[in-house]
Amino acid sequence: MEIIIGKYNYWIYIALMMIGFYAMIAKRNLVKKIVGMNIFQTAIILYFISTAYKKNATIPILIKSQEVIDVTQYVNPLPHVLMLTAIVVMVSTFGVALAVIVMLYKKYKTLEEDEIIEILREKK
Amino acid sequence: MEIITSAKPLFAILVSLIATILIIITGEKARNLREAWTIIASIVKFTIVASMLPDILNGRVIEYTLLAITSELVLQFKVDAIGIFFAFTASFLWIITSLYSIGYMRGLNEHAQTRYFAYFAIAMSATMGVAFSANIFTAFLFYEIITVSTFPLVAHKETPEAIKGARKYLVYLLGTSVAFQLTAIIITYNVAGNLNFLTNGVFHDNISHNLITLTFLLYIAGITKAAIMPLHSWLPAAMVAPTPVSALLHAVAVVKTGVFMIVRVVLYIFGIDILKSLDLGTVLAYIASFTIIAASVIALRQDNLKLRLAYSTVSQLSYVVLGVALLSPSGVMGSIMHIVAHAFGKITLFFTAGAIYVATHKTNISQLDGIGRQMPFTMGAFTVGALSMIGIPPFAGFLSKWYLTFGALESDQLIVLAVLAVSTILNACYFMPIVYAAFFKEPKIDKHNLHETLDKRTLKEAPAIMVIALVLTAIGTILIFFFPSLFLQLAQIVVTNTTGGY
Amino acid sequence: MNLSEHSSILIVVVPLIASFLNVFIGLWRRSLCYPLFLLALVICGFLSIDLIQNIINNGTIRYKLGGWMPPWGIEYVVDHLNAYVILIVSFISLLVAIYSKRSLEKELEESKLPYFYSTYLLLVTGLLGITVTGDIFNLFVFLEIASLAGYALIAIGENRSVLASFNYIIMGTIGACFYLLGVGYIYIITGSLNMLDIAQLLPKLYESKVTLAAFAFLVVGVAIKIALFPLHRWLPDAYTYAPSAVSVLASATMTKVGIYVLIRISFTIFEPNFSKDIIPAGTILVWWSTIAIIFGSILALGQIDFKRTLSYILIAEVGYMVLGVNLGNKEGFIGAVLHILNDALMIACLFMVTGGIYYYLKSRNIEDFVGLNKKMPLSMASFSIVALSMIGIPPTAGFFSKWYLIIGAIKAEQWIAVIALLFSSLVNAIIFFRILEKIYFKKGNSTKDINVKEVPVSMLIPILILATSVILVGLFSGKIISSIIQFTVPGGF
Repeated sequence: MEIIIGKYNYWIYIALMMIGFYAMIAKRNLVKKIVGMNIFQTAIILYFISTAYKKNATIPILIKSQEVIDVTQYVNPLPHVLMLTAIVVMVSTFGVALAVIVMLYKKYKTLEEDEIIEILREKK
Repeated sequence: MEIITSAKPLFAILVSLIATILIIITGEKARNLREAWTIIASIVKFTIVASMLPDILNGRVIEYTLLAITSELVLQFKVDAIGIFFAFTASFLWIITSLYSIGYMRGLNEHAQTRYFAYFAIAMSATMGVAFSANIFTAFLFYEIITVSTFPLVAHKETPEAIKGARKYLVYLLGTSVAFQLTAIIITYNVAGNLNFLTNGVFHDNISHNLITLTFLLYIAGITKAAIMPLHSWLPAAMVAPTPVSALLHAVAVVKTGVFMIVRVVLYIFGIDILKSLDLGTVLAYIASFTIIAASVIALRQDNLKLRLAYSTVSQLSYVVLGVALLSPSGVMGSIMHIVAHAFGKITLFFTAGAIYVATHKTNISQLDGIGRQMPFTMGAFTVGALSMIGIPPFAGFLSKWYLTFGALESDQLIVLAVLAVSTILNACYFMPIVYAAFFKEPKIDKHNLHETLDKRTLKEAPAIMVIALVLTAIGTILIFFFPSLFLQLAQIVVTNTTGGY
Repeated sequence: MNLSEHSSILIVVVPLIASFLNVFIGLWRRSLCYPLFLLALVICGFLSIDLIQNIINNGTIRYKLGGWMPPWGIEYVVDHLNAYVILIVSFISLLVAIYSKRSLEKELEESKLPYFYSTYLLLVTGLLGITVTGDIFNLFVFLEIASLAGYALIAIGENRSVLASFNYIIMGTIGACFYLLGVGYIYIITGSLNMLDIAQLLPKLYESKVTLAAFAFLVVGVAIKIALFPLHRWLPDAYTYAPSAVSVLASATMTKVGIYVLIRISFTIFEPNFSKDIIPAGTILVWWSTIAIIFGSILALGQIDFKRTLSYILIAEVGYMVLGVNLGNKEGFIGAVLHILNDALMIACLFMVTGGIYYYLKSRNIEDFVGLNKKMPLSMASFSIVALSMIGIPPTAGFFSKWYLIIGAIKAEQWIAVIALLFSSLVNAIIFFRILEKIYFKKGNSTKDINVKEVPVSMLIPILILATSVILVGLFSGKIISSIIQFTVPGGF
């Protein structure tokens, strides 16, 4: 019980990741797949931020008046920075994916993968 | 052993490669010039090979390292007695075959002649490469080049049957060499750490016997060019090729490369001692014996002349394998002598088959009744070749059979002796009826085409250039019997070096 | 300022800047785009030569970005392995750039060319970035730059390419996310992102489950990116329907760089003995790649579309490299690293020839290749050389990498792997000789081939260069091994 409640953020990240993963693999609608992709990526962001979190700690901004620097007072800033970069990467991925979806819709007038495959098969 | 460094073996290989380029550049526009390249290359090649003979006869060895690709994979050439024996035979016969090819290709007005001559020259280069290889890696490289370069020759006619035959040819040769031979080479390298051909073999005594046995069997299965049963059926399939190809490549260069590699592997990779102690020679001898008998029996039933010759080749190749498998001095001697004896005999037979086809477009034995009157020179040469195959003096085949018989006695292999006797009878059974039919039977009267039947009584030989070629090889068969000293000397050096004496 | 000192960063920055410039210049004067594009890649080529010379002479280069000391700052570390892969990537991308000029004419509208060149340069930036960086998160970013550019380039292909690209996005993102998770796990236990730093911190933590999870996520993530069977489903469609030039570039470089990442994970971030002794990852990957080789080969046999055949062959070849890397001995590793080069040359040449055939024939169906040797003799001669190399016939390059791989497999006593390698050689023999037979011996009956002729010179030259180098690399593989590859072998092998 302790494990579940004490580390609930990690459990949520795992649950989100699974949901996202499921949507990417099992859903046949392309937009749903991308939504799944987003959930998946967000789960990872959540995970990284969780690792940086510390109770009763603050952001690592040094104020001049404060002479003593106690490391335990601050959260680790690096995961946040990494996630900023990762968010940029994810947004770009999202953008490219959406662009591809638009192209697909223009071509086939549908976003259901099965229907597109059907159309492609007929063309053959 | 004195070692000379010289690039002559490399030149012998390069000559026909340069010829290939010249042939392709010259092309169809200047046919005479193109054919001149082939002939010049063959003569130059023969001269280079012959120029190395004196040194080898004096017990020296010529070496040349072309390129060390890695420290263990080295492109290296070594000319020793057995190598030059093979190269000398093949390069001499190439001159004659070149003449014959020209007559054949022009006589039938074949297509794609440039490609034909070009690939022929590449195949001859690679044959020299195998003959002069100093290690099994170099030999493997040229072995594969032969396979690939003869593929277009087998598929030359571009008919569905030709392509089917060529496909079978390639599957057998390439498939087994990659699957078995390469594995065997890699195992050899892995356990022996050495790929050079050494007179006592490369394996040490402390290597597991099972592994050696496995490697040996992989080599035998992988060198399919020797057409040991059950991996022989590419050879009959390759008979779709034009006859000069069958004559030089599938009676001399390609198949002899196979048996040459087997001799190399037996004597220089494994060495006689190891094989004797593991009794592997006997195993190989039995496989070869089976091939000899079985192939002869199959040959009896073939009506197509070239197919009968092909099965005869399968059977005769195993003589060479059998000889070396006996692991005795006389056996090895017979084995090596049979390389040249069979080469001259079989090439004559194939030449005659091609001459008959060019002159009369006949391919089957049952059509040959009375053809001796129409083509006396051709059928005369055929008789010489056939008698040599059977092993009757004064023809070359007698010599090798003589030594083989001695070899069987030396190693107390009475079964092998019986096999030799039976196969001689079988040889006679499938060759003599042809000779008989050609000279003594009346041509069948074809009522619908009486004019042609009458025509059969008059002289109608193939183009002169072809007849000259086949008569030359027939004479060669006889000359070898009377003047065998050159070949015997070379074989003697091999025997002394590998079996430790006579 | 000595430029050569900065070549490890310049090699990433040059294509990146050129990529942005290209978009703007494209708005102003489109004719300048191609020269700029080519110039950037030529510079990359020179830089990569400079790098490798520098490394052969002076050993590993460690370049600190912005002067920040590692492990805080990002560090670019270039040793023999990087320099070797960089050389391959920049050489191939330059050749493909020359090739793409004419091949794109028929596959892309002219107005879109500047964007194509930009995306192409981004892909090169990404690939080169992956290879130079010594930081695992930075590697992720470059991995995504390369992948995103790849998705976009594939999507501009023919009809079906868009859906193929979409599937690739989904799979690629899963792979990238797994990799990122792996990075996360590594970070929480070591607190470092610098590869060399992690390598020092990690051995004490090998028993931890988190380390194991990190390793698994990293490897599976990369395995998706390199399409290791059965994670390969995205690859055949993507590479088949992409424009010819993109297929060449992607097939020849992306998987190879992926293999490089795999080597870095297994042998730089983790010590070799981690995947050898502590967990049986090496053995699992050997079996996994053996299956990849066998299935890749079998699937390649059944294809009609030649680009698809090549894609499946590529999947088998990826198996070769993963196998060699994980055999756990020197020979296998040398074979794998040598095969990175050989495979890049061979696959690039084959895809180029296919693109060349498609250029006039408008078909990639193997049945339509009948009698092509008369119409395009030089391309077909190159094709034959590379085919022999794929089968593994000496003295072509393919033989030597296969030689080392098989010796490695024997030394590791992985007999099934030996059989798989030989099997795939045989399958390649069947595939290629079936095609060669059509090209050289079948009588022409195709109605499509009326206008077929030899490809334009600018497409032919890269093909010929690649075919020649397949032979030259074969003949000089000993030299390549002794001067570069032997230094890449991880310690303890």
